[in-house]
Amino acid sequence: MPSPEPQTHLNKVEGPLVETRGLSHWRDGRCVMQIGDWQLQPRAHALLLGPSGSGKTTFINIVTGLLTPSQGAIFVAGEPMSILPPAGRDGLRRRTTGLVFQTLRLIPALSVTANLALAQQLALGQVDRAAIAAMIDRVGLSHRAAARPRQLSQGEGQRAAIARALITRPHLVVADEPTSALDDANAARMIDLMFEVADATGATLLVATHDGRIAHRFGNRLNLEAPQ
Amino acid sequence: MIGLSLAYLRDRALNTGLNILLLGLSVASLVILLLFSSQLENRFDKDAQGIDMVVGAKGSPLQLILSSVYHVDIPTGNVPLETVELLRRQMGVAQAIPLALGDSFRTFRIVGTEPAYPALLGASLADGRMFGQKMEAVIGVEVAARTGAGLGQRFVGGHGMTGGDDGPKHEEAPFIVVGRLKPTGTVIDRLILTNVESVWAVHGIEAPHDEPAHEGESAEEHADHASPAEVTAVLVQFGSPIAAVRLPGFVNRQTNLQAAVPAVEVSRLLALVGVGLDAVRAFAVLLMITAGLSIFVALLTALRQREGDMAMLRVIGASRAAILGQVASEGLILAAAGTVLGLVLGHGVIALAAANIEQLHQLGLNPLAFHPGEAMIAMAALGIGLIAALIPGLRVLQSDIADTLANAR
Repeated sequence: MPSPEPQTHLNKVEGPLVETRGLSHWRDGRCVMQIGDWQLQPRAHALLLGPSGSGKTTFINIVTGLLTPSQGAIFVAGEPMSILPPAGRDGLRRRTTGLVFQTLRLIPALSVTANLALAQQLALGQVDRAAIAAMIDRVGLSHRAAARPRQLSQGEGQRAAIARALITRPHLVVADEPTSALDDANAARMIDLMFEVADATGATLLVATHDGRIAHRFGNRLNLEAPQ
Repeated sequence: MIGLSLAYLRDRALNTGLNILLLGLSVASLVILLLFSSQLENRFDKDAQGIDMVVGAKGSPLQLILSSVYHVDIPTGNVPLETVELLRRQMGVAQAIPLALGDSFRTFRIVGTEPAYPALLGASLADGRMFGQKMEAVIGVEVAARTGAGLGQRFVGGHGMTGGDDGPKHEEAPFIVVGRLKPTGTVIDRLILTNVESVWAVHGIEAPHDEPAHEGESAEEHADHASPAEVTAVLVQFGSPIAAVRLPGFVNRQTNLQAAVPAVEVSRLLALVGVGLDAVRAFAVLLMITAGLSIFVALLTALRQREGDMAMLRVIGASRAAILGQVASEGLILAAAGTVLGLVLGHGVIALAAANIEQLHQLGLNPLAFHPGEAMIAMAALGIGLIAALIPGLRVLQSDIADTLANAR
């Protein structure tokens, strides 16, 4: 018997979760990112691969609505992220996207549990203690739930950051260089964990990296070249 | 977001504690000054209620008021007993009450007067009766509490008005307590009242006889063998407004008398004391501004270190208003804690001072009394905390999230 379809807190998205049309970005008269037309289907695992300076972070900022592209358009969950006003972009990001950074950016004054609770409160307007406990258990941090970020190891911190990104049950999880600082074994474990949790929650995964070690794990790869 | 603010404050506990302490000290300074000056003025007003003018020996009018109305200074001298009758005969005088000072019992002054004096200050008997016969005494509530004197108990006054136990005693003329007064919150709580004749008797002075001059005896001859009885001062209550204009001039024209008006002398005194209070108040305000600057610097530094956190909060869904609210709540929590600490400290210091410093105790400082001005001090402290937080908060909001995250990655 198939397991029930995992649900995010949004309605089911029809069509591609992320779609770009003629997308590029220019800074100081120089093209810093060029993707053109591209689609990311729901529940896919996609890799944004490219060397430093190829525009990976720029693209992530555009996908998450933190940056308005110079040319072209981008749609997230069917909504035109690039032309929404700032408040609209903030709302769309809050409803659809979870973010994982290389430096984690957990709130240092809060415990792991409190970090997740804060993310849930801000995104959903309520806190589900049971869901938080389940998520912490899923990433293997039950014994560290009360610990502050500075008390966690690098691996524990990354698991906490993934848990925070997914606790709001987003459609899209965007990870920026999540494995760059890890050795091979920990990088593999990190990707395993992201795949597992994303699949369990029905999230789509977009990982930006210059780390070639994890490229073979992704079926959907978007190679970015440093623009000339 | 309040929980997050508390977490951030706990995270830098030492800094938080020092800022709360600094603000608390400034609030406490202002509260102490406010309570002290307001209760001092209130006490001056209550002790002088119903007394429009004091007549005594020539000298410093302020000294006359302090010694005869507030019982905190030595008198300027004595005036003839006839002064009382002279004043009572004047038009516009409702009451003229004599006071005879000079002795004390365990630092409490013995005041020779008439029953009209406690009545003037609103005092009534708690038990016993009012003094009537020679050597009968009625004691104020604090005298009773501090000496343990009860009805029927005898005591001996000592010469002098500050330390009755150290000076020579009037062993030959003991007083007997016939009544105790209810608390009034005025100077009378600390006085031992008796009639003027008792004070004379203690000092071996005969009461004047009321006989008229004998036949063939001139007024001068009659005065020659009249009693040398004197009083220290006469408290005068006016019966008409015109008396306030006429009587001080009339009294001051008498050779040995001077008139002093409590309202005038007290305002002069408060003006003198007020200069000192204003200087301390200015210092306290400066301290409060310093505390505000300290909170500002602390939050500015903390927010600089937390720019990445703030950007992350924006990314995960915090609105600009929520971010600003979080920063503002940090400043407000600091200010509120400092205000509460300051109020507790301020009232605590007043309580300690009143319990341990005799002069302040005699002023009747009440640490449990609240002044409406304390609400203003609290509002000012909260306002300073809010402004100190909003400035760095607005600065954070103006920063670019993507750039901040890029720099923090």
